[in-house]
Amino acid sequence: MVDMIQARGLVKNYGKVTALDGLDLDVPEGSVLGLLGPNGAGKTTAVKILTTLLKADAGQAMVAGIDVRDDPQGVRGKIGLSGQFAAVDEYLTGYENLRMVGRLYRLSAKEAGVRARELLERFGLADAADRPSKTYSGGMRRRLDLAGALVANPPVLVLDEPTTGLDPRSRQQMWDVIEELVAGGTTLLLTTQYLEEADMLADNIIVIDHGRAIAQGTSDDLKSQFGQERIDVVVADAHDAAAAAQIVNTVAFGDVTVKDRNISAAISGDGATHLVEVGKAILDAGIPILDLGMRRPTLDDVFLTLTGETASDEEDVA
Amino acid sequence: MSAPRVLIDGWVVAQRNLIKIKRVPEILVFVLISPIMFVVLFAYVFGGAIDAGPGLNYREFLIAGIFAQTVVFGATFTGASLAEDMQKGFIDRFRSLPMSRSAVLVGRTGSDIVYNVISLVVMALTGLLVGWRARGSFFDSVSAFLLLIVFAYAISWVMAYIGLIVPSVDVINNASFMVIMPLTFVSNAFVPLETFPSALQTFAEWNPVSTVTQAVRELFGNVPDGFVAPDAWSLQHPVVYTLIWVGIIVIVFVPLSVRQYVRASAK
Repeated sequence: MVDMIQARGLVKNYGKVTALDGLDLDVPEGSVLGLLGPNGAGKTTAVKILTTLLKADAGQAMVAGIDVRDDPQGVRGKIGLSGQFAAVDEYLTGYENLRMVGRLYRLSAKEAGVRARELLERFGLADAADRPSKTYSGGMRRRLDLAGALVANPPVLVLDEPTTGLDPRSRQQMWDVIEELVAGGTTLLLTTQYLEEADMLADNIIVIDHGRAIAQGTSDDLKSQFGQERIDVVVADAHDAAAAAQIVNTVAFGDVTVKDRNISAAISGDGATHLVEVGKAILDAGIPILDLGMRRPTLDDVFLTLTGETASDEEDVA
Repeated sequence: MSAPRVLIDGWVVAQRNLIKIKRVPEILVFVLISPIMFVVLFAYVFGGAIDAGPGLNYREFLIAGIFAQTVVFGATFTGASLAEDMQKGFIDRFRSLPMSRSAVLVGRTGSDIVYNVISLVVMALTGLLVGWRARGSFFDSVSAFLLLIVFAYAISWVMAYIGLIVPSVDVINNASFMVIMPLTFVSNAFVPLETFPSALQTFAEWNPVSTVTQAVRELFGNVPDGFVAPDAWSLQHPVVYTLIWVGIIVIVFVPLSVRQYVRASAK
């Protein structure tokens, strides 16, 4: 398949700070690449270079077969960008915002109006279409911003942290919208700080830190690298710990660790089902428990595995 | 980029700004309140202490100065709006679109002309209330207003450039204040030049705020009896000298601002 986005050796320095340090990436047509990393890892810088907002200090990038350096205006006609902060004019209505973007994508006034209504309908904003977007919730603004990126039906879509700062319900709505787009064959580059989000939406994931890819592969590849979901059991009486550990061992992937009353193990396959099985088996064995839970690996776990340090306290560069 | 494209995209951007005037009339209130305060403050507080010349009421002398000051201060609005768009990521959205590279600035400065026209109308009405009259011909009065608008347009390109280089909206208000205060006060806008110490007087004579004020004052016929233009060439040919400045500012700041827009990107 053709690569709709291809970058080789992208480097960008802000003064003495290196935001990108030789990043390569490929996004085949119709696929989704998740660029996963903490704040300041260089995700936004990469997005800005690929969407012609910034010039790389070194390296090459092609979007839809067009070199971003040689023909940025050509690239702009092929991409839709929705950024970290919803670039929505709060005094304009949803309709006016989208119509304006449509006009700037060179649709005629009439086409831009029709397209705006269509997108508002599709993103569940039809009722709010003629209200100033100041009155919208955070989730609605993000959806409006995303709609803006889709006005011209671009073959390549770039979403920079589309759900950062959204509440769980709005996040879920955003995911639904994105999944629908992806099902429709859009090529998507997505940046995120959430492993869960990359897992759910992306075909391929690149983990970046300090401007460099430190791991890449499919979601499954990465999971087998970075540990699985884990089951944690806390028994009421430490004497029962060994017996409970044996039960946990039946679904464990690798070693079961026992410490006082705490039993913990990585599990493979369907975590939720295993959790229920383990819980039932422990109860059947008559072992009283204080707590039983499943933990999904987070970006922190990934970073802990890869770099030995947590991701959360990075300096915010880009 | 073909000329029509700039104009079409610029008009789309300008429409956005004009919708805002309709939706947020408060913006206008703030734009207008300070010049009205200046009229009242100078006309009634300082006015009694300043001699505008034989046969000329100070208030009549003052209004041309306030006109010039208002349009210069008003230009800050151009810069502040751009700085805000930058901060909010709006400029990034525009820059990712296949639109003309100068349209955002053309649209912004263009729509700000409307603000200037509105504020000039309000100022003129305030002036009439405190006793100002346009004594020249109708054609002279129209020329005076046109000159003010053209001058304001040029200054708003300077502010556009400043708006694109400052990191936040707060900074632009302070930064532009530091430029605008000396320009408007070390001029003949509020007091006759003869009262200045000589070094300041030379600066004031060649200050374009003085010449635009002088031009407008003469066009409105707000000059004392037996008025003779000062020796400085700039004040003897205030319209020409002001237009030369307009030309220089446009030639320098339009490309500078567009270049800055192309490079600028929100952090």
